[in-house]
Amino acid sequence: MLDFFELVKKSLPTLLEGTFVTIKLTILIVAMGLILGLILAFCQIYGSKPLRIAVAIYDRIFRSIPELVLLLLIFYGMPGIGLRLSPFYAAVVALGLRAAAYMGQIFRGSFMSVGSDQLTAAYSLGMSEYKAFIYVIFPQAMRAFIPPFANEYAIILKDTSLAYAIGVVELLRQGQYIITVEYEPLPIFLAIAGIYFVLTFGVARLLKKLENKLKIPGIGV
Amino acid sequence: MAGKPLLRVVNVKKSFGDKVVLDGVSLTLNKGETKVIIGPSGTGKSTLLKSINRLVVPDEGEIWLEETEIIRCKNINAVRQKIGYVFQDFGLFHHLTALENVMIGLTKVKKMPKKEAVEKARYELNRVGLSGIEDLYPAQLSGGQKQRVAIARALAMEPKLMLFDEPTSALDPELIGEVLAVMKELAESKMTMLVVTHEMGFARSVSDEIIFIEKGKIVEQTSPEKMFRDPEHQRTREFLFKLKDLYGEGGE
Repeated sequence: MLDFFELVKKSLPTLLEGTFVTIKLTILIVAMGLILGLILAFCQIYGSKPLRIAVAIYDRIFRSIPELVLLLLIFYGMPGIGLRLSPFYAAVVALGLRAAAYMGQIFRGSFMSVGSDQLTAAYSLGMSEYKAFIYVIFPQAMRAFIPPFANEYAIILKDTSLAYAIGVVELLRQGQYIITVEYEPLPIFLAIAGIYFVLTFGVARLLKKLENKLKIPGIGV
Repeated sequence: MAGKPLLRVVNVKKSFGDKVVLDGVSLTLNKGETKVIIGPSGTGKSTLLKSINRLVVPDEGEIWLEETEIIRCKNINAVRQKIGYVFQDFGLFHHLTALENVMIGLTKVKKMPKKEAVEKARYELNRVGLSGIEDLYPAQLSGGQKQRVAIARALAMEPKLMLFDEPTSALDPELIGEVLAVMKELAESKMTMLVVTHEMGFARSVSDEIIFIEKGKIVEQTSPEKMFRDPEHQRTREFLFKLKDLYGEGGE
């Protein structure tokens, strides 16, 4: 039996390969969540009534279905209607669609957090709706956006491990491969847990720093 | 009084659902004049001011700023630049410093070069007695300072007309004076001003005319002397009496 640390050290290159895939998944899902979420939020705030209803339905659907079911549905189900995706992109789409629903809500809340008195004041200076949004709403909304975004980021990162179920060779699956060879689940799973922790905690710290840096003087919390 | 009035409000009407808020209001304001609007709350004073820069769109009537009709004009943003608006709740931009609050209209709306805008903003802040707080954020200012920044922000745009919507109502009593002093100075420098306020001392000493509005209609408009000494209408008398009860005599 290999020594605990020896084994981890030996497995590390393989685990890091998986980590790289996990990071790629996370980045793509976050990007999709941000872009689609922003569109959803705009539709919900500024859109016509049918558009708002469509967004509400989207929201309800993707917040109500378990992610694992979404993954299986998109990977195994979609080929039935001629949409065949690789496991990796199936995971991005499934988890991205879910992330967008949540991000949309976070964006909406952030935009709404800027008081209407400021918007009225912006108009009174002769700003167009566009300018008022860019110069008054957006910079403040972004500050409100960061804390819930940090939360959502951690959820997305951790949930990429679900992609394991459809065969994406990410961190968790790479670990499984090692375990089937070495029969040493404890050190490998601990190493995997450690890597997830570093990725989650590290970025959370960075976002916290950003939040503090952007904090408006005189406003507490 | 030579020439055309700067502001002409003609028979403006506005309802919200069944509630008639403005029921045919007409008034004029000549260049350099200050008029004060008084009246019970919920009688359309704020709606009238908001109509003048089309934050509220009236159902009927005309509003003329010199040669431009405001309700139907195409480019409302150009008109709004000419009308300074001071709100009860300040409406300062929380993420900008006092200086940046005053600058933003200059740089983003008027496209003034930054250096020039800084100078102009400093000048306007100085004018309202706020040198030295340029780099503070709204949350770090007192209510009176906030309102003076808001006034400076409006003045920086070099408006032809200033609208004040109960500018001191959200302030602690000891902070009201500093804001009124700035407004008084403005009036004396011949800025054209339309002011909704309950500050009778200000109305009495500064205004050219006091307009009493109730239930969306102008009940009486006359000089401050006459308004306080000998108003035409019983309702005006009653209202002024109530104000006196609440705010004291308020004369100079």
